[in-house]
Amino acid sequence: MEDLHYLILKKERFHDFVRSVSEVGKLVAPVPKGFNNFAFEAVTSAGEIALRYIPTILPLKKFFMPQRETLLEFSTGRKGVVNAVVECEPVTIFGAHTCDLAGIQCLNMVFSERPRDQNYLTRKNQIALIGLECNEYCDQYANCHLVNASFPGGGYDIFFTDLGEFFIVHVKTQAGDMIVGAAGTFEKADSSHINELKKMRTQKRKIFNNEVPVDSRQIPEMFDRSFRARVWKELDERCLACGNCTNVCPTCYCFDIRDELDLSLKHGIRYRVWDSCQLEPFARVAGGMNFRKERAARQRHRYYRKFRYPVDRFARFFCTGCGRCTRTCMADISLKETLNELIKESEDRVWKKWL
Amino acid sequence: MEKVVIKDSAYRLRKAKILHTKKLTANEKFFEIALADGELLDHEPGQFVMISLLGIGEVPISVSSSPTKRESFDICVRAVGKVTRSLHKLKAGSEIGIRGPYGQGFPIQILEGNDLLIVAGGLGIAPLRSLIKYVIDNRRDFGKIHILLGCKEPKELLFSDELDEWNSRADLYYACTVDRADPDWAGNVGLITTLIPGVDLDPQRTFAAVVGPPVMYNFVIKELLAKGIPERQILLSFERNMKCGNGKCGRCQIQNLYVCQNGPVFNYERIKNLSEAF
Repeated sequence: MEDLHYLILKKERFHDFVRSVSEVGKLVAPVPKGFNNFAFEAVTSAGEIALRYIPTILPLKKFFMPQRETLLEFSTGRKGVVNAVVECEPVTIFGAHTCDLAGIQCLNMVFSERPRDQNYLTRKNQIALIGLECNEYCDQYANCHLVNASFPGGGYDIFFTDLGEFFIVHVKTQAGDMIVGAAGTFEKADSSHINELKKMRTQKRKIFNNEVPVDSRQIPEMFDRSFRARVWKELDERCLACGNCTNVCPTCYCFDIRDELDLSLKHGIRYRVWDSCQLEPFARVAGGMNFRKERAARQRHRYYRKFRYPVDRFARFFCTGCGRCTRTCMADISLKETLNELIKESEDRVWKKWL
Repeated sequence: MEKVVIKDSAYRLRKAKILHTKKLTANEKFFEIALADGELLDHEPGQFVMISLLGIGEVPISVSSSPTKRESFDICVRAVGKVTRSLHKLKAGSEIGIRGPYGQGFPIQILEGNDLLIVAGGLGIAPLRSLIKYVIDNRRDFGKIHILLGCKEPKELLFSDELDEWNSRADLYYACTVDRADPDWAGNVGLITTLIPGVDLDPQRTFAAVVGPPVMYNFVIKELLAKGIPERQILLSFERNMKCGNGKCGRCQIQNLYVCQNGPVFNYERIKNLSEAF
């Protein structure tokens, strides 16, 4: 297959494409839920899909790592059997923005690290990803450019870019090739289409700029100086410790593991559920000692897990700039504001050193 | 939604049987456990296992026996939560599930040929007993051995019969103290830090292994540094909440480190600047 394999999907054929994909298996896409909220849900027709949408309430991680998933099934008693299981189904996801594709890339790294998480990896292998480019900002909360997630950087099988009359479609993988082949609604792209894409990207580069005034290469170093920053204390006073920010984050993957027996007490499951480092009992041990008692420490931990720790471990930020944490925060804690505060404080400290 | 059985899940359990239990104190109980089919646990001193009671949950517990004991392994469990309280109710013959061993234990290969100062506070003796027993079984490979033990009251002393044996051995130095004495106590009274200055050691060739409650670390480390033991030769083991043991669930993180994978044993030099550690 050619490395750069571009096709065209005319807008009037989009309906046929969606129908053909949804007939083959489960198709999931962003759907409007009212009040400018969107969610990834199963669709069967193009009319249900929102082609222009702000990041959905929950990110794509809900398909890769469901809120609740069974790890073990067991029966109790002398002849008890324990089986490790994974619940999965083939899914095609349409309309993933570049920030959400970056989020999945982050999760892929985490769950492929040894010891590998077979539940995640088994499910991942059954999911096809079709990206959709943002030609402009979704809203004022995004900071995707800062974290290098505003332009497509892989992590998809097919990638759609809306160019008005048609979509230009980049087919990246064999799985993607099979999808477009089965749909049969695509035409070959010629150089004029490619030029239009280039023109759009040039225009896009003018729109997208670092959303906070810092060179992203300086961010890890800035965080190294910020462990005792004033801003954490401020967040301590505002944060409600509700865990919304981590639930909606595309790269938060902390979980709890629990057991559940059925009413007969003979069968049960061990399952994992999303958890949050923002909740008070998260780092508490049974003896009562809580190793991250203060909200300031918990909020700080969240920011460091996005901007500092993964840089050493995975050579990238775990913030994808989607803005969900800011949109969802009941206390109006804004990621961009926090970063701005850190920049200011960090600069003050550097100046003081010199003076 | 299809359900597939997977063979290589990190959450699958190894079957094990409780061979023998013994009440050590009002809250702590000793268990000897054997893996089914005569499997070997193959752990290192300082590593931990996830103990699983189906339908109740899992807990991380340090292994208390030396790897030189091959046919079974020991754990010492304080009843503090749902799982540990349920575990206390189990008798010999009961079946449990095991995952692990997990984590980085004490670096035995590096410790060999050096002197050891072992500092155990309270339940800290549980993981350290694994190291002590290993060292005693391989006594020739180590230099001087000092064992310092401390706990709140005499009635909380764990493994008291073994302590007498260690105390009577001529090839190691042993001292024990309690914070508060009772009328029958004839030994040292005071915090464990009061025992450190009296130890005659060569700091350059001494490795300290310290395990105890969080409050103990700062004070003990100060004394050890005052003795001249280099930072990288001070080994500490941390307790944290854990759900997975695979460096994923996030509960045991100390800043950028996962206690379950990078620890639970760390050298002081590596973690001295991590404020979440202390």
